[in-house]
Amino acid sequence: MSRRSAARRRTVGIHLACVAVTLFMGVPIYLIALAALSSRESLNRFPLSLLPVDLSTETMRVFLDSTGVIGGFQNSVEVGLLSLILSLALGVPAGYAVARYAFRGREPYQLFLLLTRALPIVVLSVPLARVFLASGLYDTTYAVALLHTALALPTTVLITSAIFVAVPVEHEEAAMIFGASAPQAFARVVLPQALPGIAAAAIFTFVTSWNEVLGAAVLTLNRRTLPAQVLSTLADSPLAFRFAGGFALVVPALVFIAFMRRYLLNMWGTTIR
Amino acid sequence: MAPHADPGSPDLRLDRRRLLGLGLAAGAAPFLAACGGASTTGSDTEGAITFISTQFTPVEERQRFEQILRDRVKSGAVAYNTVEPNVFSSTITSQVAAGRVQVSLAGGLHGDFAPHADKFENLDDLATKLADRQFPPEIANLGKLAGGATTYLPWMQASYVLAVNKRALEWLPSGADVQSLTYDQLLAWITAARRGNGNKPVFGLPCGPKGLYHRFFQGYLLPSFTGGQMTTFRGPEAATAWQYMKELWAQTAPASTNFDNMQEPLQRGEVLIAWDHVARLVNAPADKPDDWVMAPAPRGPKGLGYMLVVAGLAIPRGAPEVDRARAVIEALTTPDVQLEVLRRNAFFPVVNAQLPADLPPAVALEAEAVRRQQSAEGAVLALPPVGLGAKDGEVSQIFKNCFKEICLDGRPVQQVLDRQAQQLNAILDEAKVPCWRPDPVAAGQTCRVQ
Amino acid sequence: MLAPGPGRGGADVSGAVTTAPDPAPSEPSSSAAVPPRATRRRRRSRVPTAALLVAPSVVFLAALFLWPIAVGVGQAFTGADGPTLAHLRRMVDDPYFWTATRNTALLIVVLIPLQFAFALTMALLLRERPRLSSFYFYVWCVPLAISDLAAGLVWLSIFADRGYLNSALSRFGLGDGFAWLSYDNQTSMFVAVLLAELWRATSLVLVIVVAGLQNIPRDYDEAAAVFGATYWQRLRHVILPQLRPSLQVALILRTILGLQTFAVAQALTGRSFPLLVGETYQWYVTLQNEHVSAAIALVILLMSLGTAVVYLRVLRDPATGGIR
Repeated sequence: MSRRSAARRRTVGIHLACVAVTLFMGVPIYLIALAALSSRESLNRFPLSLLPVDLSTETMRVFLDSTGVIGGFQNSVEVGLLSLILSLALGVPAGYAVARYAFRGREPYQLFLLLTRALPIVVLSVPLARVFLASGLYDTTYAVALLHTALALPTTVLITSAIFVAVPVEHEEAAMIFGASAPQAFARVVLPQALPGIAAAAIFTFVTSWNEVLGAAVLTLNRRTLPAQVLSTLADSPLAFRFAGGFALVVPALVFIAFMRRYLLNMWGTTIR
Repeated sequence: MAPHADPGSPDLRLDRRRLLGLGLAAGAAPFLAACGGASTTGSDTEGAITFISTQFTPVEERQRFEQILRDRVKSGAVAYNTVEPNVFSSTITSQVAAGRVQVSLAGGLHGDFAPHADKFENLDDLATKLADRQFPPEIANLGKLAGGATTYLPWMQASYVLAVNKRALEWLPSGADVQSLTYDQLLAWITAARRGNGNKPVFGLPCGPKGLYHRFFQGYLLPSFTGGQMTTFRGPEAATAWQYMKELWAQTAPASTNFDNMQEPLQRGEVLIAWDHVARLVNAPADKPDDWVMAPAPRGPKGLGYMLVVAGLAIPRGAPEVDRARAVIEALTTPDVQLEVLRRNAFFPVVNAQLPADLPPAVALEAEAVRRQQSAEGAVLALPPVGLGAKDGEVSQIFKNCFKEICLDGRPVQQVLDRQAQQLNAILDEAKVPCWRPDPVAAGQTCRVQ
Repeated sequence: MLAPGPGRGGADVSGAVTTAPDPAPSEPSSSAAVPPRATRRRRRSRVPTAALLVAPSVVFLAALFLWPIAVGVGQAFTGADGPTLAHLRRMVDDPYFWTATRNTALLIVVLIPLQFAFALTMALLLRERPRLSSFYFYVWCVPLAISDLAAGLVWLSIFADRGYLNSALSRFGLGDGFAWLSYDNQTSMFVAVLLAELWRATSLVLVIVVAGLQNIPRDYDEAAAVFGATYWQRLRHVILPQLRPSLQVALILRTILGLQTFAVAQALTGRSFPLLVGETYQWYVTLQNEHVSAAIALVILLMSLGTAVVYLRVLRDPATGGIR
């Protein structure tokens, strides 16, 4: 009896904790949604209403009507997916190598990866723009995708390596004993078990690319990504527009996370839905 | 096999297939789209020229200016790109350095062009051709950056004024006229208003990271108290001015250090009186113009110091469409278009044009305040640093540092001024330029703090 | 079986315990990580394979970024006439530089441990599979989707003088507004920046930790429970050691990315709470002096790589640690 009540107390405690964390993480999201959908005057009142009493889609509409939002959206999706493919293609094999082989120069290699991430983009962007101008890639989505791939590569390599480390080598070897080639063993045995890590890396790559402004703004001119088109110029717009822009940019990234979450929770997948 | 992988594996196969599908779709996307991405500025239009600008970045202003370009520029389509000043700078730098210029026309403030004098075409001949526009000489001369050659042609001008919510007028000291205040009256006013407002400050300055408060010191406070900007930087009158600033700051809303523009705190009613750039004030009275007064800046012992903001148009060296860009400059400097810009976006004409009577109320309020300010008795015109090039920002930073150390950190005024003057002279010695107004202008003499 | 189970236990235990891999739960760290035998066996024969796998990423980064990085770093030491240390001197003479360095260090030192404790708690809560855990996880991931510019805006709307926090307080009759972000309330300013960063960036750690937790077989944990280990003992001796690779990676990434953040602090405090990366932007954008900007960037680079080296060494898995 007492054990059961202890278990119940525990369950209640866990729930309370979950609710508390959810409130902390969720309330700011609620507030940005509220602000984005409030009328311009209501944002100027004090005290501000914490409930959706004065809703208006006016600012949202003006924002969505402004030139370049559709093109920018298309470019952002393109850049995001391109960076995703590139960084997984380059990063997953490297992550596997870092996890499995204690090769000489492993540590320098990891530091080398971090180099592009450790230097503020503003310092890199002008020399990089010059490289792209010279190679004719300037003002294309490819240039931005290349930059974002470089920014995401350390995340991809390191996260996937942490996951590959946890996949027992024995499984792979067992598959090879049963006649699978090394790539087959990797694809059939290791990859499925590493899916959560790959999903996590994919989420980061896409989200990094989706939200990156500073580099994208320097590398393009007429073919902007959505945040470069919107966020940077919104800085000078009235508050209501900034909220609308910030909120509008959140939505596609949310859809992407909702989609990738399934792979991330792969192992618990049978119980968490 | 791994036991804990088993329950998931039927699912996994499906997942992999989906991943593959996602991968294929993603791989195809770039090929479906036009090569290298979709245009976000309308540059796809046949023969459109690229116009990069630091002006009209707010969404609505950009939309209105794009409309003006479509309606009024007959020489062809213009793709209007608004960028932050740093992107403007790095775009011009990298394109000119790489010898592959894609920008045909650049629009920006004097300060945006100043660091890049050598990267733009000489527009002397165009300036001659446009003599009928009658640009005021002090404005036209600002554009002569590199060795007297015309780097940019004037595009628009603006200034800074006071915006006052009429609720604050009840605390105005007796005998003071809001349209011609002195700095002492301003201080007395905001002190009384704070007392009357439940000890909440009512005065605000744009001291945020993107705020233009350094222009208050460079163009208003110091010229009004000392009659100069640079030469008198650390004299006894400047010390008085900064002492005054310290007292003013004590009555100013502390949240000012977060304000980049004043129209929003004014609209919110967070402050009732504010000084700022006209374009950053214009939305405050937009809804209820009858509740607002716009007034010239206060005057000091040496007169009414005020600053002129000038935006210009320039053509990058090696631009692909020089002739079309020139045609756009001609179109944008016609009196008609200039007034259209004033009406819609509240930037003032740089050409000789009669202000129409049908301006929007908020713009009309500003136009009147700007006119009074310029024509006030003892008006002292101050210019933003001239000819400093890349050092422009660093000179402004010196004034911001003075503010930080004197007003925020409470350091002794004269000590701070002496130390910052040293820094300022180090920068000026490197730049070797003559002084600019309101300091005595003498060609060939290097401007220095006395 | 498939329903959200009450706490731990349920479906997979029975099948799992019988086929648990060989290493005993008493030595979990070496078992979950690369078994040392296997690593050593492969090391000699497969070095070319490793090189082959790593090569594409090296070539990619080198081709694109080696030159920009060299140029960027080089700017710190070149003046109008040849190499110079003037920019470094200018940097250390700047009144904002040391405050920014102090703030950056302070933020990292306070933020990172908090963030990891928070993220671990969240991940362990999820591991208990409470009802709605899928929904919780989603909400907890949402800040990932928000750019730092937007995040700064959200928290500014909360902490501003007339923001949501003061609105809520005044509705409950608790004062008529406290200036949370005022330059003379250094403490509340720091707490605001800390909270905002905690909110914005903990999801990154959470996702890495959750991905890592997926691969920890529940068998060990449950075996330990059968032998009477308390929750804390299991956490300390079973779960955390197996999470080590993920935690190490999260720590490196979070610190490096943490050193890069400034948009939130700038939105909240202007330049009253300067951070180093914010100063590089300040010098580059406002002051248009790319040399000093590059010098500060170099300081950040050294801090980043320095901490990364420390993490790689200190947190190295004992099983593979000896290999150099």
